[in-house]
Order: sequence, then structure tokens, then C-alpha cells
Amino acid sequence: MKKNYLEISQVGIEFATEGEPFRALQNVNLAIAKGEFISLIGHSGCGKSTVLNIVAGLYEATEGGVILEGREVDEPGPDRAVVFQNHALLPWLTVYQNVELAVKCVFKKSKSKTEIRDWVEHNLSLVHMDHALHKLPAELSGGMKQRVGIARCLAMQPKMLLMDEPFGALDALTRAHLQDSLMEIQQQLGNTVIMITHDVDEAVLLSDRIVMMTNGPAASIGEVLRIDLPRPRDRVILADDSAFNNYRQQVLRFLYEKQKNPATKKIQAA
Amino acid sequence: MKAISAISKATQGSELLTVSNLCLLINKTLKTLTLPAVGILVFLLLWQLMANNIITSLGQFPGPSQVWEQSKTLVVEHQRERKKEAAFYERQEKRNAKKLEKNPDATVKIRAYTGKATFVDQIATSLLTVAFGFMIATLVAVPLGIICGLSESVYRCVNPIIQTFKPVSPLAWLPLVTMVVSALYVSNDPIFEKAFLTSAFTVALCCLWPTVVNTIVGVASIDRDLINVSRVLQLGTATHIRKIVIPSAIPMIFTGLRLSLATGWMVLIAAEMLAQNPGLGKFIWDEFQNGSSNSLGRIMAAVLVIGVIGFILDSLMLTLQKRVSWDKQAILR
Ligand SMILES: Nc1ncnc2c1ncn2[C@@H]1O[C@H](COP(=O)(O)OP(=O)(O)OP(=O)(O)O)[C@@H](O)[C@H]1O
Ligand SMILES: [Mg+2]
Repeated sequence: MKKNYLEISQVGIEFATEGEPFRALQNVNLAIAKGEFISLIGHSGCGKSTVLNIVAGLYEATEGGVILEGREVDEPGPDRAVVFQNHALLPWLTVYQNVELAVKCVFKKSKSKTEIRDWVEHNLSLVHMDHALHKLPAELSGGMKQRVGIARCLAMQPKMLLMDEPFGALDALTRAHLQDSLMEIQQQLGNTVIMITHDVDEAVLLSDRIVMMTNGPAASIGEVLRIDLPRPRDRVILADDSAFNNYRQQVLRFLYEKQKNPATKKIQAA
Repeated sequence: MKAISAISKATQGSELLTVSNLCLLINKTLKTLTLPAVGILVFLLLWQLMANNIITSLGQFPGPSQVWEQSKTLVVEHQRERKKEAAFYERQEKRNAKKLEKNPDATVKIRAYTGKATFVDQIATSLLTVAFGFMIATLVAVPLGIICGLSESVYRCVNPIIQTFKPVSPLAWLPLVTMVVSALYVSNDPIFEKAFLTSAFTVALCCLWPTVVNTIVGVASIDRDLINVSRVLQLGTATHIRKIVIPSAIPMIFTGLRLSLATGWMVLIAAEMLAQNPGLGKFIWDEFQNGSSNSLGRIMAAVLVIGVIGFILDSLMLTLQKRVSWDKQAILR
């Protein structure tokens, strides 16, 4: 296993605003190994999406940079697939066509027509959406749309899977279901994943490491917690597991004691 | 249509047509059929009352019944003209056949019938003219709108020009267009009449803007997430436009096209009057110059026809818009 599959080094970003520029991130450093599942957690507005967008190439870092497999990231590309917070399916295309568009972009040259069709259907069956191939996104529930969004990314066979609160808008039951699916798929395919979440349980259950971010402005990485729980993980068994609860507590302590409230930090600094 | 679907809905819900369903149905018919009919009736009544009290130099202002009479006359005139035309061609054919019988090498002349254009012909001319002008406008406006919507800098360059020309009346354009067409369109065997081109270009110039403006807004307000999807997939510019931009802007583009067609139809009548394109505008102008006691009735008939055609054109665009729009939930009217 390569230690530095993805390397985020000294990343900082300033957004141009009406007044003086707004510094959202400073000195963000992180190395991710191949096949690792990373969760990004932190208070709202601290800069999690910004980190993800920089890795995706959608934002350009003001300083520092991101290196994936020895190559610097300077533009978005299909090797870093993004699952957007609100699915971002094209509303005029059916479930099948949405995934097909992505597959055609990536495998146009290497796959034949029938191979493309099989591959699209295979990926949709991974997320259990093969029963609704020809429905439009408007005809799907929130959870179903999110699953199609995930299938679209999986189908691109990306080096990195970047997920911005993929289950944020879902009810607890659907969320648990999709978390289990995601764990299963990741176990099977060995994807390297960065997932943003607000949900501590979700972070502990899914991750190999949890990256906890400090509050902005000029946010950075506060602590990194390695989760050494054996896989496959079962949420029901883990609910009573002392190690699991210990990890949970550590994350909660970081979020609600050390990074309680952006205002306190400023007072301490002053 | 709506009444029928109401019936089918009412029967679908339960096997029996229950009382409440029946009430619903009556209510629906009342809304879709009865109320518009009431509106039209009241209008006709008021019209007749007003007409009785207005005396012009060409006689009394025509009421609904006179207009109805004149409309029938217009149709009859059209049919008579068609018969004459058919007879003309029949005679000509016979004559030519005889000539060829005597001498198979004889050159036969085939003359076109040059009768007076009837009201129906003029409607056809108007429709053709507006279609041509609208087509030119669409072919220019949609690509222009897409380019301006995609690029902020192009938009900033083009916007002052759009804003300046948008409020210009067709009558202002017409002399210029006429002169330009006369200067540039010189051909011994013209496919189009000059008046036709002048009218069509004037229409195009005036109905360009709603489509341009709405397309720009539609393209510029594409969901950021969808643009990001396109960037992640590294779609090329052409694919990006085809797969993301156009589908996403299509509702706005159609809103613009509908406004454009309505503007175009309105502008056309004025343009035809001045350019003497043999359409409805010229019909009205000629009747006005003619000044017979029937003229006002005939003009009023033309006014109603113009209104109904405008309504039909808009309904057609609406149907088309509903057909191509992916957002089936959107309420279009
Ligand atoms: N395009 C932008 N222009 C200016 N400021 C921005 C921009 N994008 C983000 N920011 C600012 O950067 C900070 C971090 O934003 P970001 O969206 O990354 O937060 P987040 O951690 O993802 O929050 P949430 O959990 O609520 O999604 C915020 O203060 C935000 O106002
Ligand atoms: Mg965010």
C-alpha cells in the first residue's frame, strides 16, 4: 500500500470578496493511502467543502497544492469523481442516461457499446437502482437520487471518490442503509474515499481515519483520529462496542469542547 | 379536452360516477367551457351596443353581424377567384394541347394566372412572412444568447447594443431595411419579392430581442452543480453546450421564442402596410384606402383573424414548449 497516494500539502485559499480577501483555509496538510476511507468533520462553514473542491480541482488553491499519484492536480477530471451534496443529476436525463453520460466520457475508446450498457447497469445494480433505469430524477426519492449520484461516480472508476455530505439530506433509516451499501462497495472495490460528514456515528463507522478541522477563518486540520475497528463493521454490534464508543467520544470532545464555538477561539487568540 | 380528461379521471377514481364526482365534473365544465362562452357573449353584446352609437364617414361602425356577413363574403370571393383560376388553366391547357396536335414541335407558352390576391391568400402570405422572419431571428438569437450567456465578457460587450436596439419600433427600421434590400438583393429571377424580404427582415429585427435576452438569462443561470459535473467529466465545449447548456436553458429559450413570435406577428402587420407585402397588413391598408361602406366590416374581420391567428401561434408554441421541456411539473401558461 502506497502511503502517499494523495498528498495535500500546505494548502491555503483566499476568496476574493467585496472588502478584503477572505482566508478560508491555511496550512492544510494530509497524506492519504490508496484504498483508505477518510472522513472530514468540522463545524458548518469551517471549509470542508472547500478542501474537497480543491482536491477535485474545482477551486484553485492560493498556495500549496495537491498531488495525486505523483501528478499535480490543476483541473477537475474524471479521475476524481465528486458526489455532490444534492445529487446534481441532470434532470432531463433518465437514471440510465445520467450514468451513461459519465461512462461514455471515461470509457468511450476502451469499451464497446454493449460493454458500456452492461457497465452502466452493473453500477446501478451495485446501489440497487437497477429497477428504475428509465425514470427521471424528478420521479425518484431523495435517497434514490443520491444512490444514482454514487453509481455515476463509481462507474467512472475514479482514483478518488470525493463525497460532500452524500447522506446529509436523508432520513436516518435510508442513511443507515446507504452507509452499509457504501461500506460494502468500498470493501469490494477498494476505492480511496474522502467523505465530508456532520454525523459523528457515520464518520466512526465508515472511516479508516477521521480528519477533524478547526473552525474558520483560516481553518486547518485540528486532529486526525485513526479508527482501528475490524472490517466488515456491523452497526448493531458496534453500538455496544467500547472501542467504538471511545472513538465517538473523542470526536465529540474535539467538536464540542476544543472547537466549541468560533467566537471563543478568537477571544483566546486575542 | 379538459372536460374529457375530467370524465376519464372521474370514472377512474371509482367504478361508479358518484354524486361528488358529478359535481366536480360540472364544476370543471363550467370553468373550462361555460365561463369563456359567457365572456365572449358579453363582449359581443357590448360591441353591438357601441357600434350602434358610432357613425363614421364610411357609415355606421360594423357590429358583429355585419362583420360576420363580410367574413362570409371574403370566403366567397376567395372561392370564386379559385374557380376562375382553375378555369384559366383549363383553357390554357386545352389551347396548348390543340397547338401541339397540329404541330408537335410548336413551343407552348404557359402563363401563370395573375388574379387578385384574395383574403385567404393574404393570410397565407402573412403566415409565410412571419415564419421566415421568425426563423431568421431564431437562428441568430439562440446562438447569440448562448454565447453571451456562457461568457461574461462577451455579454458585457454585446449588452449595450442589445439594450439600444431592443426598444426600436419596426417603423423606424423599415425604411432602412427597404433601402438595403433594394440595394443588395438584385436578381433577374428573384425567388422572393422585395416586399416579402423587407417585411420578413423587419420582423426578424424586432423579434430577435426577447429570445436573445431570455436565452442569456437561461444560460447564465444554470445550476452550479451541473456545471461542476460537466467540469469533472471534462466535457468538451460542444458536448457541454449540447448536453448541459441547451437542455437546462430550454424552458427560458422557449419563453423567449413565444414572446418573439407574438412580437413578430404584431410587427408584421405594420411592416406589411408600409412595405406593401401582399399580406394582412396590405389588406387592411387597401381596404382603408378603398373606403367603401363595407371596408370597416372587412377590416374588423381582418382584425379578428389576426387575433385568432396570434392566439393559435402562441398555443402552438406552448404545446411545443410542453413537449420539449423536461420539467413536467412546471406550470406553463
Ligand atoms: N466561492 C466563495 N467565495 C467566498 N467565500 C467562500 C466561497 N466558498 C466558500 N466560502 C467561505 O469559505 C468558508 C468555508 O466554506 P465551506 O463551504 O467550505 O464550508 P463547509 O465546511 O463545507 O460548511 P458546511 O458544512 O456548512 O457545508 C465559509 O466561511 C464560506 O463563507
Ligand atoms: Mg459544505
